[in-house]
Formats: sequence, C-alpha cells, structure tokens
Amino acid sequence: MKSSRSTSTRLVDFLGSMNLAITLLVIVAIASVIGTVLKQNQPYPDYEIKFGKFWFEFFRSLGLYDVYSALWFLLILGFLLLSTTTCVIRNTPGILRELRHFREKAQEKSLRALHHSASFVSNQPLEAIQASSQQALKNQGFRFRTHQEGATHVVAAMKGGANKWGYWLTHIGMIVIFIGGLLDSKLPIMLGEWRGTIQPETRNIPASEVPAISQLGANTYSYRGSVDIPEGRTANIIFLPVRDGYLVQRLPYEIEVKAFRVEHYSTGQPKSFESDLVIHDPDLKEPLAHTISVNHPLIYKGTAIYQANFGDGGSEVELQFNPLTKQYAPQTLTGNISQEYNLSSSTEQYRLELDNFRLFNINPVKNEQGIEEQRNIGPSVIFRLRNAAGEAIEYTNYMNPVMIEGRLYLISGVKKSPADPERFLHLPADKKGSPELFLAFLNALQDEALVRNTALATTQASMGALDNQALDANVETQIVESMVRLTQLFATQGFDGIMNDIDARFPEAQRQSVNEAFTKVLQASLRGVYLELLKQRGVSEPNETDWLFFDDSLNAMSNLPFYGSPWFIQLKTFKQIEASGLQITRSPGQNVVYLGCIMLTLGVFLLFYVAQRRIWVLVKPLESGENEVILAGSSNRNPHDFDKYFQNLRSAFQTMLTAKGD
Amino acid sequence: MSVPQEAMHAFMDKPSFWQRLRITDWIWAVLVITGTAFVYQLYSSYMDVYEQGFLIMSAPALIALGWNWRAVQPLSLLITAFSLLGIWLYSGNIASAETVFGLKYLFSSQSAIMWMSALFVLATVFYFAGLIANNEFIAKTASVLTWSAVVMGFTGLMVRWYESYLVDPEFGHIPVSNLYEVFILFCLITGILYLYYEARYRSRALGGFALLVISAAVAFLLWYSLERDAHEIRPLVPALKSYWMKIHVPANFVGYGAFALAAMTSSAYLIKYYYSHPSRLVAILVPSFIFLGLFTWIFARTAFGKTAVEGSLLALAFNAFGFALAITLLLTALGFLLMLPSTQKALPSLEILDDITYKAIALGFAFFTIATILGAMWAAEAWGGYWSWDPKETWALIVWLNYAAWLHFRFSKGWRGTQMAWWAVIGLFITLFAFLGVNMFLSGLHSYGEL
Repeated sequence: MKSSRSTSTRLVDFLGSMNLAITLLVIVAIASVIGTVLKQNQPYPDYEIKFGKFWFEFFRSLGLYDVYSALWFLLILGFLLLSTTTCVIRNTPGILRELRHFREKAQEKSLRALHHSASFVSNQPLEAIQASSQQALKNQGFRFRTHQEGATHVVAAMKGGANKWGYWLTHIGMIVIFIGGLLDSKLPIMLGEWRGTIQPETRNIPASEVPAISQLGANTYSYRGSVDIPEGRTANIIFLPVRDGYLVQRLPYEIEVKAFRVEHYSTGQPKSFESDLVIHDPDLKEPLAHTISVNHPLIYKGTAIYQANFGDGGSEVELQFNPLTKQYAPQTLTGNISQEYNLSSSTEQYRLELDNFRLFNINPVKNEQGIEEQRNIGPSVIFRLRNAAGEAIEYTNYMNPVMIEGRLYLISGVKKSPADPERFLHLPADKKGSPELFLAFLNALQDEALVRNTALATTQASMGALDNQALDANVETQIVESMVRLTQLFATQGFDGIMNDIDARFPEAQRQSVNEAFTKVLQASLRGVYLELLKQRGVSEPNETDWLFFDDSLNAMSNLPFYGSPWFIQLKTFKQIEASGLQITRSPGQNVVYLGCIMLTLGVFLLFYVAQRRIWVLVKPLESGENEVILAGSSNRNPHDFDKYFQNLRSAFQTMLTAKGD
Repeated sequence: MSVPQEAMHAFMDKPSFWQRLRITDWIWAVLVITGTAFVYQLYSSYMDVYEQGFLIMSAPALIALGWNWRAVQPLSLLITAFSLLGIWLYSGNIASAETVFGLKYLFSSQSAIMWMSALFVLATVFYFAGLIANNEFIAKTASVLTWSAVVMGFTGLMVRWYESYLVDPEFGHIPVSNLYEVFILFCLITGILYLYYEARYRSRALGGFALLVISAAVAFLLWYSLERDAHEIRPLVPALKSYWMKIHVPANFVGYGAFALAAMTSSAYLIKYYYSHPSRLVAILVPSFIFLGLFTWIFARTAFGKTAVEGSLLALAFNAFGFALAITLLLTALGFLLMLPSTQKALPSLEILDDITYKAIALGFAFFTIATILGAMWAAEAWGGYWSWDPKETWALIVWLNYAAWLHFRFSKGWRGTQMAWWAVIGLFITLFAFLGVNMFLSGLHSYGEL
C-alpha cells in the first residue's frame, strides 16, 4: 500500500532514483557552463565596469565570480554525491543476490518465455545430456549449479559477474573522487568565514601588515596559493586567492629563489622557465637545493612547489625625461619597478608608478617590404603617470628604436584606462636612434620668435619669386601672423587644434576652403622651420629620407595632444631583477582522487565490455522415452552480440545432443 | 552462419586464444618487437623513463590490436614503410621537401596530408554514391580510398614528427601539439574507428555518414592551413613539453572520434526512422536545419570575422550567411537523396544502427574518461592542481556528464530509439564546442590552439 510508506522510505527512494541522478548530472553540466563563459576570479572593479552597478551586485550575490565555490553549486554537487551514495547502498543487496543466485529454480514456463529460448528433443540419456551441457558451459567460462524438481533437471549457469563490479567501481569511484576533492577544497576557509574566524584581506598591503584574521597557520590541511619571490630573496608565505581578496598562508619552511631563468628558442619564443630554489627548514641538516621548471615541480613535506609564472622582481631602470613642452628641463631618474616616485619639476604634480620591466618583446613588425613578421623589439618599461586628480595613464616605452618599413622609430604604447585598447606613438628617430632631432624640431616650432623669423623669410622668398609688387606689407604681415598662429596651434594641439579653431571661427560653408588654405600656410611654415633646422645641422639639400622624417614628425606631433604626458620618457639603462612566480599546493586529497579515478576507469571497462550472461539447460523426460531440452539465456549488455552467441550455442547444443550415438 | 560442426567444436573443445593465432600473427608480433627493440636501442638515451615506458608498452598494445583486428597489420607496415621512405628521402635536409620529387608530391608531411584530405573527400562522395546507387563496386572503391587516406594521413603525421626535428632539433615534438595537428589526428581516428565497424558489421552503407564529419574537418583543416599558415612547425611552449601530451591528446581524440561516429550513425538512424514515419519528418527536420544553419553561421562569422576586419559588416554577414546557406542546402540535397527507397534498403536495420551508436559512445566514453583523468594528472604536474575549473577542463566535464547521462538512460531505463539518436547528434555539438568552441570563444590555460 502506497500511503503506508514512511517518509524516510520515500526520501530514500527519491534520493536513489535514476531520475534525480540524471537530472543532477544535467544540472551540474549546465551550471558549469557559467564559469566558462564568465571569466572567473577577476578583479571585482573589472566586473563592475563590465556589468554596471546593478548587475554587478546581482551577480555577486549569486556568487557568479567564483561560481565553483558558490554555496548553491556545492549544494548541487553534494546532492549528486548523496544521490550516488543512496543509489549504491540501495542497489548493493540486489546486486549481491544477482551475483550469488544462479536462479536454478527457474520454471519451465518462464524459461520458454525468455527472448532467447529454444527447445529440441534429444535421444540421449539424461546423464549424458547433463554431462555434455556442463562440459560445454564450463569450456565457455560459465559457473553453474544444478537443480532437480521432480523429473525435471536444470543446469543454471552464469558468467560475467565482473559487470556488476563495474557498477560498484564506477559509482564508488565517483564517491571517492568527490571525497578526495572535498579534502582539497576551500570548505574549511568557507566555514571559517561563516563562523567569523577568517576574513580575507582586500587591501594591497605588505604581507607583514596583514592582520591575524587573514592569516592561516603552517599546519593548514590543504591549500593552493602562489607567491612571487625576487631573485636572491626568501619567502615563507603564499597568498591564497579568495574572491576579491586573499589570505596569507604560512609555509612550514622557507624558500629562497637563487636565480630564475628563461631559455629561448632560436625564434625568441620561450623554451623553458626554471628556478633554482633552496629550501631552508630546521628539520633539514643542510638546506635543500633544487631546480624546478614547468612540468617538473618539487615535492617537499607534503607540499608541491610549481613553476607557475614569472615577473619582475624590482629591476632598476634609469629613465631620461625629454620634455615635450618648453616649460620643463630634461632630467633623469633612477628607480625600481613596483616603486612610486614624485615628479617635482612640473607645474602639475605627477606620480610615477613603475609597473613592470620586460627584457623581451616579441611583436609583429612590418619589414622593409611591408610584410609583417614576428620580431623581438627588445626591452620595455611599463609605468603609469598619475596626476594630482588621481587619474592615471599607462605607458609602455620600448628602449630601442625599432626599424619599421626601413625607418627607425621610438615607440611608446599608451592606455588611458585599463579597458581601452593600447595606442602607439611612433617618434621618428635619427640615424643614431636618438629622438634628438624630433625634439629639436618640436622645440623650434614652439619657439615663437624663431617661427616668426622663418615665416617672414619664407613669405618674402616666395613673394620675391612671384615678383608681385601689388602685394603690400599688410598682406605680408597677415600671412606671417597666420603662419605663426597656426604653427603654435599645431605644436600644442595638433591637427585637431586647427580643426577646432576653424570650426569655432568659420561658418560651415567656408570650412572646406579655409581648411585647404590653412593647410597650405601651415605646411609652408613647418617646412620653413624644418629646413632652417636642417641648415643649422649642415644639411642644405634635404633628400627623400629627410622628407619622410618630416612627415613622420608631423604625424607624431599631431598625436602628442592625445599622448597626455608632458615628457617622452626614455629607458636608458637597466639592471634586471626577476621574480619567480611559484604555486605551492598541499593537496592530501590528490591520491584519494587518483584512487577514485583508477576505480572509475576499471569500472567503466567492466561495465561496457563484460556482459553478465545466464544460460539455463532444462531437461525433461518425454513419454516417448526421449528427453526434451530447453536452452534459454539472457544477457544484460550488448543484445546484438548475445543474439549471435546464443545462435551459435544453440546450434552447438543441437548438434551435440541430437546426434545419433555411435 | 557457422557450420554446426565447427560451432560444436568451438564450444566443446574451446580452442585457446593462442591456438587461434595464425602464423602471420606471430610474424607480426616478431616484427613489432624487433622494431620496438631497434627504436629503443637507438633512442632510449634521449627519452625520460616515462617515455621509455610508453615505447615499451606500445609494443604489446600494437601486437594485441593487430591480433584482434588483422587489418591493422598491413596498415601499420605500410605506414612504417612510407614513413621510413619519406625520412630517407629527406636525407637530413628540410629543404628537400621542395626539391625531391617523392617528397614534394607524396611524402613530405604537407603533401601526404593533402593526399589524405583529397582521398577522404573523394571517399565520402564514393560512399554516398555507392549507397544511393546501391552499387557494391563503388562502395568498395570508397573503402579502398578511405584506407589509403588513413595510410597517407598517418604517414604525414610520422614524417611531420621527423620534420619538426629537422627544422630545429630543439623544436622536435610529437605532432599532437596544436589545433592543426589534432585535427589531422581527429580525421584519422574517426576514419579508423569507422573502418573497424565497417569490417565488423560487414556494411559499407554508413561510410558516407562517418566521412561527412571527416570531410568537414578536412575543410576546416584546409582553411586553417591556407588562411592561417597553421601547418608551420613551431616550437612547443614550456607547458606542453611533457610526456603526458603523448597519451592525453590521443586518448582524447579516440573519444572525440567515437562520439562523432556515434552522432553520424544516429543521423543514419534518424533518416531511416523518419523514412517510415514521414509525417513526423517536417516537424523535426525544419527546426534542426534552422539550428544547423544558425550554428554554421556563428562558426562562419567567427572564422571570417577575423580575416575580414577591413570588410564592411554587411559583407561579413553576407559571407557568413552565404556559407551557412550553402552548407544547409548541400545537406538538404543529400537528405533528399538519402530518402530514396533504394538508399533506405541499403541502410542497416534500426537495431544495428542503434547498436553501433551505443558501442561508439561506450568506447568514446571509456577513452574520454581516461583522457580526462590523464589530463587531470598532467594538470597536477604543470599547473599545480588536478582540477582548476579551467574552461577546457570544465567543458570536458560537461561532455563527460552528457554522455554519462546518455548511458544511464540506456542502461537503467532501457531507452532506445529516436530520442537517444537525437541526443547523440546533439552530443556531437557539445563535443564540438569542447573541442573547438572553447578555443575560439573562451580563454583559459589550454594554450595549444587559438584561432
């Protein structure tokens, strides 16, 4: 009676039901997709920029930024574990019965009703039939049992019980994997947070200042975190990422990074990352030296130390500040990566944050034929300039001039905000790779007196050439003045400045023609200043290269207003200090997981490739004195194969049992 | 059917496995052992202990494979002969690929892979022609073409392995390290699995279906090679320099290949089923073609999207849409041909189609389980954790869960028929996303194939 079933029975039925198991499998699969579509564990401000305030908060409350640690996800996994366990417990007695019972008491009627069933008449005596059936089944690897009921004799045989082991191994294997994973999970941290004994740190402060509530002792059961150690330095902690913060995990030993190396292929791509480590531990007689590399970790005291990445460990860089406006003087600064410096020489206060140094930069560069090729363009320094208002622009400046399509440039990448794409400023460099000529040209354009003189000379020369007496001094002054004004505008605001000027002063109908006229005037003035500059340097007949330099300079100047920095900062010298990025884990569950994996694999093969087969041979005397033989069989796998097998078995038995005795 | 007398002997005297082996089987074993010993002698000093283990273990594996499926014997010998010929023709100089006739037109990896591609596509056409015309000779020709494609493909991979050392001894690696190379592997493994079932079930009717997936992979391969120069041999990134790659990747592709095969036998199942239930056809085929078109469009847009940055958005959409339309029309036309009564007669029964689908999924699942576990072990060694919920890992889990659910339905609920066949077809798209989509759309630690 259904209504009398207790709640607990119904609960067990529900938990162990196939429908629940399959539903859970599908739900886990779908839920897992979230974490692959949404990049996990990114800095929280990035999410906020991406989703906006409302959705950012909403997704955060659902735990979507670390979905695989979210409570609801773990609950689903827990349910799956519970369901699998219930299933195993519930099915085990039945399977044990299956394995033990030969079903020798099977009734004639039920054997005849089986899908695989045949009957024939044998003239051989009962004993002979039984003996040869048993022999044949034994040869086929069956175990059997006999039973007699009245005059009816049954041989019940079975094989392939390993198939059932497949069921246990796969399902228990999964449970074991779950348990192993649980041992290595963040569950203790989550519990600690929930009880208020652990609180992740979100500020960017030195590890020594992290409060005790954000620290974990050296005897934590399992952890997985990372630390960057500069060459020649030692550390005894790692950082465990927790959502938008971190915890400081103490290690039971100290690690010293003696040296870090990157080896390169002939193409410049990295071939290997290696760190020479020394483990300092009072338990050791002498420090343990070992070199680790990617794919070759060091296992020590139940922890594994992996080469995970690398970075800068505070390289020393010497920077040359080339002012882009006349009000500053050039200066140099020597600093270290990850340090910040106040820049005092400007009217506006800036803070220089040295972010990173890179020795190699493999970038696509156009060669002289204009074809893009991957080339190492040498060291770069990455820094931010932060103004008094706290706004920062990020720059990537390359030390060496780069040859692009046969011309040399000094390159600086600029990013106004982390979300922006990087844009590049190409400063044309002279033959020695120096920005000096460009800077001198820029300087000259900002020198009003010089521009005026040149403009005057240019105007007079061209007028002289025209030999036009009708033009009076008034026109001449007008032209010179507009040359000076346009040049000033260009040198400080670029082409955009001139466009704005036109937009502000002329109605739309005239702008086109004014623009053309202005461009001509400006060109004349700029060429004049450039020629004057070259003349000072002993070049009186500029060649094609000089004019390409002129064009490149104008391009660069036109981009300067966007560039946003009052200096072009050049990397002059450096002393590289690298930091090795180590990942350190303690995962006592790993071997448990592997054990589960072995069980699972074995089980899968047993489940698929071993079929549990049963064969019955029932012998019943007929009135004629002959015997009727009923051959029946069943298999729980691969019915198609069993069809063939049973057909062969049947013809073999028929031949064997109906053949005339000699 | 077997003769009763033989059958009786088989059951009464039970010849042992060893007695059933032929003299050629023993010659095969000797050849494999000799070859392995020779390689071990020559190269073991360059291998680490795991690689030596793989080499030694590969001998019994290959012998067993050859004993259980004798066609593997001549296949392996031919591949070996061609590969050695290719290597010999190089005479230690990579530039020979362009100058030596035998390399330029046959055995340099690029040429061999082109041969493989052409032969697979040709075989697809022949299989379908044989099926639609119900002509045994055409179908046999298709089989020969497929075998030839497999020989050329494996030769190509072997020679490529050698070439990677010729380019620069430091670059040398087994060619399963990037999307280009694993696509070749995918074609070959799917082809070989199909050939196995062809022999086992003595039916060539499914060849066109199985090879349709391979032809699609070949199309991608050609695009990837011509458009992106993916065939260039590049050195390995440090994370891939591990012996794990040698077993993790091939195991994965047995899984992918088997799942692809299952989806295609299921397609044949569905075509056969709807032939006898035409009223249900429209209701199901129309949305499926819309889905297919949409899916192709998304892929095409991504594929063309990055090359046609300068083109207008409209042209881009037009390109992608045209591509999707062409593929959909082609498949519709094929569908109509497959609906001919003669074709239907040649197709195996629904039971057999269902059986092959199940067997392929079971095989795929077993290997995919192993591959995922090997991947976890490798991850533990390279990234410091056996499970990081990296997108590729997670999608492998999703694929695994999907087929686990499929198998549960079949084992415990005894489900058969159209819904399971549809599920197997959809499974291919999930697998495809795990295999390709993750690299195209998602970012993560798996670094081998960016599009």
